[in-house]
Amino acid sequence: MKGTVNEKGPESDVVISSRVRLARNLKDYPFPFKMNKEQQNEVLNIIKDSVLNDNDPLLKDIKYYGISSLNPVERQALVEKHLISRELAESQKESGILLSSGEKVCIMINEEDHLRLQCIFPGMQIDKAWDLCNSMDSMLEKKVKFAFDDHYGYLTCCPTNLGTGIRASAMIHLPALVMTGYIKGVLDACGKLGVAVRGRYGENSEASGNIFQISNQMTLGLTEEEIITHITNVTFQIIEQERALRNELYKQNPIRFEDKVFRSLGVFSNARTISTEESLKLLSDVRLGVDMGIIKNISMDTLNEIMLLIQPANLQKYARKLLNPAERDVMRAEVIRLKLSQNGQPTKGD
Amino acid sequence: MLCQFCQKRIATVHFTQVVNGNKVEMYLCEQCAKEKGQFSFGSPFGFNDFFPAIMELNQGPSYSAVKSNVQVCEKCGMSYEEFQRVGKLGCSNCYTLFGELLKPLLKRLHGNTQHSGKVPENVSRNINTSKEIEALQELLNKAVQREEYEKAAEIRDKIRALERDKGK
Repeated sequence: MKGTVNEKGPESDVVISSRVRLARNLKDYPFPFKMNKEQQNEVLNIIKDSVLNDNDPLLKDIKYYGISSLNPVERQALVEKHLISRELAESQKESGILLSSGEKVCIMINEEDHLRLQCIFPGMQIDKAWDLCNSMDSMLEKKVKFAFDDHYGYLTCCPTNLGTGIRASAMIHLPALVMTGYIKGVLDACGKLGVAVRGRYGENSEASGNIFQISNQMTLGLTEEEIITHITNVTFQIIEQERALRNELYKQNPIRFEDKVFRSLGVFSNARTISTEESLKLLSDVRLGVDMGIIKNISMDTLNEIMLLIQPANLQKYARKLLNPAERDVMRAEVIRLKLSQNGQPTKGD
Repeated sequence: MLCQFCQKRIATVHFTQVVNGNKVEMYLCEQCAKEKGQFSFGSPFGFNDFFPAIMELNQGPSYSAVKSNVQVCEKCGMSYEEFQRVGKLGCSNCYTLFGELLKPLLKRLHGNTQHSGKVPENVSRNINTSKEIEALQELLNKAVQREEYEKAAEIRDKIRALERDKGK
């Protein structure tokens, strides 16, 4: 499966991917945590059938996977790809996902809400992700009745999603803001603007590898377009700040900047055993080097592929066997070396 | 874990009650919790009196207006106390049942309580009808005030027709 993250999109020097998700519930059923097994199965089948038995081109390459039919490594691999939540991966409920072949569309069934419709695009394309989500939602509403209230809008299990049920987000790489400590100011400003900034795995996670997820907090009282515009504007502000700082840092001391990047590349491409944490840290420096045109013979595609493969579950999937942490560290170093040597060609147009 | 009250069903609700200043905690099944919930709102000083303070919701008349209502959702068995604990609602009906209690929380979360985004197509038709009925109702009142009874009867028939449509 070649995922979204392996494609390049606009502003890809800072923005890794964009995502929009809509929370929806069926009108005639309680929310998932209040359903019995029978109801869970009914909801699962209603949603599955309304998506799979449709000739619409939007839905044609979508496949269903039951969560219970996936082994723990496969589930964790989907979490690492940001396609499903940890909550769904660990779910004891009758739940599943509808996943498109390009992994642009992923619908979680019976997570916190009956449906979590997600669209993921590479680079800065929140508007495109919303367009696709909106079309899919409109198509689904012809077949199923969503829980909707004239006053509150779309009803969701958690009141934090009430109204539009929308969460629009961008995954962004901010090494210069972190290096200079200006990230604190960005986080404060975002908080005041009603924008949440989290570590790369969403709720309750640390920012690893200088990668952050920025998303709207409010879902009620604004239109979807207002929310999309707001989060897009804030993200562009951050992109500009990050770019300006990168250039400033380079200008101040090019040798030190290049030294940092190439030292990291040296360890990254020669290590014989390496942890996830360390590899993400080094990967951030290497990515910065590639984005700045300092490292010329590594493509962003290769880095994106490595970023995915070095995470524990995807690494074990790649190796086709279960590995203990020490074995994983060795395997991780091996995969990094292999991928860098396979794709050590200059990027197109370089 | 079995329900500490009936000892028959699985306990799914963590029930807290303050009796004479002492906090009593129990793990109950939904059914017993529901029954307990109904008992407690009759008592002069039940746990219901505390949660608005905890949730900072005690803001004027909206709370006292609902206080005497049923505290457990008949559709899914959710109590307001459970909502406070898990931060989630159980079903669509909970929003109707706990609506007034939720409003201050929604205001804090979103700065707003009125949805202004997308409306499902089948619902938007109904909303338009509702708005039309509202407008006609106003015209009807005016017609009655002016004692234009023939006109009033006409408007009344229009409203009835729209209401029939909406019910479909």
